[in-house]
Amino acid sequence: MSKVNYIVAALIAFFLPAMATAQEAVGLDQRINTIFADYTGWYVSFIFAPFPGTDFSWIALWLVVGALVFTIYFGAIQFSGFVHSIKLVKGDYSDPNDAGEVSHFQALATALSGTVGLGNIAGVAVAVSIGGAGATFWMIVAGLFGMATKFTECTLGVKYRNEYPDGSVSGGPMYYMVKGFKERGLPLGGAMAVVFSIFTILGALGGGNMFQANQAHAQIANVVGDYPGWITGVVLALLTFAVIAGGLQSIARVTSKIVPFMGIFYVLVSIMILLINYDQIMWAFGQIFVGAFTGLGIVGGFTGALIQGFRRAAFSNEAGIGSAAIAHSAVRTKEPVSEGYVALLEPFIDTVVICTMTALVIVISGVLAQDPETGLYIWNAELGQITTAGDVSGVALTSAAYATAFSWFPILLMVAVVLFAFSTMISWSYYGLKAWTYLFGEGAMKELIFKIIFCVFIVIGSAASLGPVIDFSDAMLFSMAIVNIIALYFLMPIVKRELHSYRTRLRSGAIIKTKI
Amino acid sequence: MEKTTFIVGLDGSEAGARALAFAKDRAKADGDCAIIICYVIEWSPFAFQTAEENAKRHQRREAEIAMARERVLDPSLTMTKAEGFDIEGVVRHGDAAEILDSLAREKAAKQIIIGRVGARGLKARIFGGVAGRLAAASSVPVTIIP
Repeated sequence: MSKVNYIVAALIAFFLPAMATAQEAVGLDQRINTIFADYTGWYVSFIFAPFPGTDFSWIALWLVVGALVFTIYFGAIQFSGFVHSIKLVKGDYSDPNDAGEVSHFQALATALSGTVGLGNIAGVAVAVSIGGAGATFWMIVAGLFGMATKFTECTLGVKYRNEYPDGSVSGGPMYYMVKGFKERGLPLGGAMAVVFSIFTILGALGGGNMFQANQAHAQIANVVGDYPGWITGVVLALLTFAVIAGGLQSIARVTSKIVPFMGIFYVLVSIMILLINYDQIMWAFGQIFVGAFTGLGIVGGFTGALIQGFRRAAFSNEAGIGSAAIAHSAVRTKEPVSEGYVALLEPFIDTVVICTMTALVIVISGVLAQDPETGLYIWNAELGQITTAGDVSGVALTSAAYATAFSWFPILLMVAVVLFAFSTMISWSYYGLKAWTYLFGEGAMKELIFKIIFCVFIVIGSAASLGPVIDFSDAMLFSMAIVNIIALYFLMPIVKRELHSYRTRLRSGAIIKTKI
Repeated sequence: MEKTTFIVGLDGSEAGARALAFAKDRAKADGDCAIIICYVIEWSPFAFQTAEENAKRHQRREAEIAMARERVLDPSLTMTKAEGFDIEGVVRHGDAAEILDSLAREKAAKQIIIGRVGARGLKARIFGGVAGRLAAASSVPVTIIP
């Protein structure tokens, strides 16, 4: 550890008692909440505002409509290009001379570690407990559409990234906004990039940090019993700081290896539960299909299921938010479109596979109460959700559903939630840093300042119950999508030109398989 | 007549040096021979990395290659050239057994010569070390120097 790191560690240690005191002084929490809510509440309400007469936020529709437009514009690339995507990830088209560089698989795995997380576990449970089994159907539909959005943004991310003389790369929406708009002779690219970067920094501190830390602590406390949140915060902050500033890559390496296996293990356990209940699989699919169009007694019926499914998919796979374009831009390839192909697998894995597994297990486990005669869900009007065993929702509901098959699952889930949260924080610290350096320029000191701020927010996120602060930063995350999708609409003709050229060369044999 | 080419796997160890010494003996005995020494940096396209590692990967790769050349290949190259041998050095990323075999095919080599290093770690015990896997799957003869 260098001298600077010691100083920073000391600084963090200095702030800790202050935070602990802050937590004890409930009044301070509340004061911050009130002040924050007064000044930012209008913006949060604006972002998550529902359409009149529904509870469907316009931001979720913005993401889904974008996904639909890109699906149509690129001729359902997620279906026509699916097999080619798999071949690219396998390395069938990789240049052997690029061995040792970032492969397609690595770029995909890194981007996935930032998206697979609490959304797949807690978010799905919320969606199904409010929207019923039918929400799963709409979640899959939205996930499939989202694949086209990822294709578009990640192709642009690679095409317009910056490659520096020392060989490092920086990419993401801010770069394609500036360079792409300039290429098309459009104004305001620079302004959009600045606005996007500000949203990214705030989103990284909130949705990518405080929310994760907060939920990780909640899950640990749920299993081992309640204890002060700042303890979790300090441990997570020190680990994160060691990784992102202390250069302790060994922790990052261990996490980046464990997290994918955790994800695979989660899917395997889900498949095992489904196999144990194989006689109910067809019934569950029937519930999902019927529920998708009737709602099976949930409030709002068909639209209720649709809203929950769409919202969950949009919030879980981050398609359109722009974060994936930052992660994918590090790949070594001469063909930006090839990375677009690879990126479209992300919503498929995240939403169509992992989210659906969670939903199927919840449906099959029978934790959602149904009237045995009518088959309709029993609605708990007070909680605004379907009646569940113990009236739980979120992670606790997923935990209860899996525990019906394996009693040890809640402990595993706790480990998974903490690890997913940690890897999401590491990923978002990088996205935030890229936006930060875009605004303030590269430089060791400037980067260190951001990293310190990021770690302090981890402690705040897990120690305090700062609802409005977290709501605001969540709103920031989705604000990224407003700017990003506008940029994508203007730049999609460039992607189409690239795609056409790539496909022509693929057909003519100019791009050949390197692996037989 | 074309030159006879030997591929020698070097890893900076004593065993690697013994493999090179053996290759030199063979080259002397056979006459018109070329020796290619190869250092493989273990790497997999399917390893998991963080976003920051990805961004700096190209830089790291260049540094790894430079270090392999400086520490392992260059000293051997200088010494062997001075002794009058036709020798070149190659650094590649990947799986050692696969790289040595594909290099042998690419250069139409007569044989691969490697030193035997005792099985290291669990992975080597389960999947076999480089020597074992190369002996089992190589497309040209393999000489393993104890």
